[in-house]
Amino acid sequence: MQQRAMADKAIEQATSVGWRMNRRDIRFVILKWFRELTLIPVIVVLMIAGAIVNPVFFTPSNLINVAEGGAALGMVVVAESLILLTGKFDISLQGTFGLAPLLGAWLIAPKASQGLGTEWNPWLGLLVVLGVGLAVGAFNGILVVKANFNAFIFTLAMSILLTGLQLGWLGGQTVYNLPQAFIYLGSESWVGIPVAVWITVVAFAAAALFLRYHRAGRAMYAIGGNLEAARAAGIQVDRIRIGVFMVASVLAAVGGLMQAGRVTAVTAGQGSNLIFGVFAAAVIGGISLDGGRGRMVGALTGVVLLSLVTNILTLTNISSTWIDAVDGAIILIALGLAKLIGTERA
Amino acid sequence: MGEADHVFKSFGETRALVDVSLDVRAAECHALVGRNGAGKSTLVSLFTGLGRPDRGAIQLAGEATPSLADRGAWLARVACVYQRSMMVPSLTVAENVFLNRRMAGEGALINWRQLRSEAHALMLEWGFDLDVDQEAATLTVEQRQIVEIARALSIGARFLILDEPTAALEKAAVDRLFERVRRLREGGVGVLYISHHLEEIYEICDRVSVLRDGEMVLSGPVSNIRQAELVAAMVGTAPPRRATEIEAVETHGALGETRLQVRDLTVYSRSGSVAGVSLSVRSGECAGLVGLRGSGSATVADAVVGLVRPRSGTILINGSAVEPGQVHSTLHRGVGYVPQDRHARGFAPQLGVDENLTLALLDRLSRRLGIVSYRERKATARRQIEQLQIVARSLDQPVSSLSGGNQQKVVVGRALAPDPNVLVAVNPTVGVDVASKEALLDAIGRARDHGVAVLMVSDDFEDLRVCTRLLVMVRGRIAGEFKQPPWDRQRLIAAIEGFEVAV
Repeated sequence: MQQRAMADKAIEQATSVGWRMNRRDIRFVILKWFRELTLIPVIVVLMIAGAIVNPVFFTPSNLINVAEGGAALGMVVVAESLILLTGKFDISLQGTFGLAPLLGAWLIAPKASQGLGTEWNPWLGLLVVLGVGLAVGAFNGILVVKANFNAFIFTLAMSILLTGLQLGWLGGQTVYNLPQAFIYLGSESWVGIPVAVWITVVAFAAAALFLRYHRAGRAMYAIGGNLEAARAAGIQVDRIRIGVFMVASVLAAVGGLMQAGRVTAVTAGQGSNLIFGVFAAAVIGGISLDGGRGRMVGALTGVVLLSLVTNILTLTNISSTWIDAVDGAIILIALGLAKLIGTERA
Repeated sequence: MGEADHVFKSFGETRALVDVSLDVRAAECHALVGRNGAGKSTLVSLFTGLGRPDRGAIQLAGEATPSLADRGAWLARVACVYQRSMMVPSLTVAENVFLNRRMAGEGALINWRQLRSEAHALMLEWGFDLDVDQEAATLTVEQRQIVEIARALSIGARFLILDEPTAALEKAAVDRLFERVRRLREGGVGVLYISHHLEEIYEICDRVSVLRDGEMVLSGPVSNIRQAELVAAMVGTAPPRRATEIEAVETHGALGETRLQVRDLTVYSRSGSVAGVSLSVRSGECAGLVGLRGSGSATVADAVVGLVRPRSGTILINGSAVEPGQVHSTLHRGVGYVPQDRHARGFAPQLGVDENLTLALLDRLSRRLGIVSYRERKATARRQIEQLQIVARSLDQPVSSLSGGNQQKVVVGRALAPDPNVLVAVNPTVGVDVASKEALLDAIGRARDHGVAVLMVSDDFEDLRVCTRLLVMVRGRIAGEFKQPPWDRQRLIAAIEGFEVAV
């Protein structure tokens, strides 16, 4: 018994290579990035396909169009990815995406353009947007984490409620004629690139850096990987998980603001069905639905892929009634690909 | 009723049963005892058709056993009540009793009225007026056992195996159980009674058999075997490495002030309740808390670190009380914790060795705005890797891909990394190879010598050699204390089994 253990140890030591950086370690690093960059070849293929389908594809204005279309989606993908990493999820982000800007717009727009008539200062309206995000996130977080409601059914109900409020208040109408400050995010450009794109890229970068370098970010991976181990290590798991719900809802509200700015109005249907694309982008980008695994770079490639698909489908002049079916098929193919390459590592 | 005839059973290299013979006659209660890992569970699995002996034969009711696939035939011959519930919790008692079984005159459809009345009648036969419409989940342990026994016997079995039936029962319930076992015995049922509590065996059993390391070392009528003989048979004459006395510990550090104090702790827990436990551990001391599974020893550890909220009592770290049930604030007071089950609570499998080692001191590693210093994280991780001789390919190798021994070292390293004042360790060397065990115990011994107050909960006697004092827990209470190493194995086991109050 003891002999065997000693032999085992000898073998282990022989196969281990100590702490110096060497070829084995380099291969390890490449493998680690591999998972995140699975989608790059797919994106390249899509771009070639796009160029073949329609020469318009590679024009700067179209590419900016792609980026702008993906920006609002990207904000919600950042939000959902943060929650997924801690092992939960939130379907009602799409409700927040619609309801938060609606409430803001409603309070600042004049009665003539479907506002409430209070005509608040637009900056106050922006605060309302963020406040709604914060409040919905806190409510979801506390009830899912502390009261232990099932995240799926609870946030589904919340989503239906929020979307319903949006529809009920507006009565199917659209709030339009919004002040410049309110639509700035979605309608202005800096050095030729829409502000929304800048903000989304910054959000991705900030989330990635936070996850990598901040103690709460590292704790999130531990929580998603093994909640009980994180708790037993003295991490304040409940506080962090609730905080993530709140941050995510605020990000979703900002995403909704971008969308409203882009069309310079808040429609009754803003946000509906958005969440499916969000989950698809996060998951094909390597964010695990079980928590604790995945990176922001991957989620970003997921957003790029989905935006490209939407754009190319529009350019091909496929009948718009078929776009959803093709969209779904491409997501399935991307998932299969991610799985194929992802399992190679495990 | 049930007979094992010179059976052998091996799992890979491990010989679980070697030439074991045992017979349980009709109308007798036969006790089977042995320490953990002696082969009791293996023997039970052969009797219940979950395994087949490599050599030798099992007979039930004087006939050769049915094929392993024919579960129905096994259930009609032998019934086993395990510690764990074998009922579907969301179904009613009546549904559980007739699960996958047809009543007389029943077709494809279920006759609910008949189902209920037959189940109720069955319970009444046992003098047990139970609402058969209640969900099985709402039953107490005692009620659950009765329902399982009644169900088993109604199928036709006359050979009953009770696997540690009293582990979770109150004293009054134990008495009622014994009364039922006696009635069964009078009715001609043969009972194989497995228990860690030897005094129970003298109360209700006729014969006793002792397994040790897979061999039957003693068998005979209870009246002819004294308790001391029984304990001696269980412990055996130890091989040289495992002397009857567990090696004395050499302490280098002097005892300092009291670091951990537990006052009148009462906890309710399914895995072993605790009633009015008080203890204290001083700097430089390692107090071992030993007891059978379910004795509450692990619960004390969980309560100290705040994983379970006690019903009453206080826990003091360095003289001031901690907020009960708050792991975070307790650990921040300078407590290191090695949880019982490394897979459940020990590490985040996909994260690297360095990250897991430093999980408990993220706050201390972070600089301005909470940014984690990777350099310091690596340095801290390297220190633990050196101290515990962790073998890993790189600092960020996922812990899931390490060997069991190295995983456990990471868990212990995580607890030691913040330089705690108090270390609470539950089974710190469970499931690791001999070399890893040495490294782990050495690390804990070093921490103790450096003035850490260690509370070690363990059912592995080898762990106890780093202890300077032992407290024995029986049924949720501290039943005895051993103050001076070396520890006498026999007296220690006797105390753990609940015989005498050691001094």
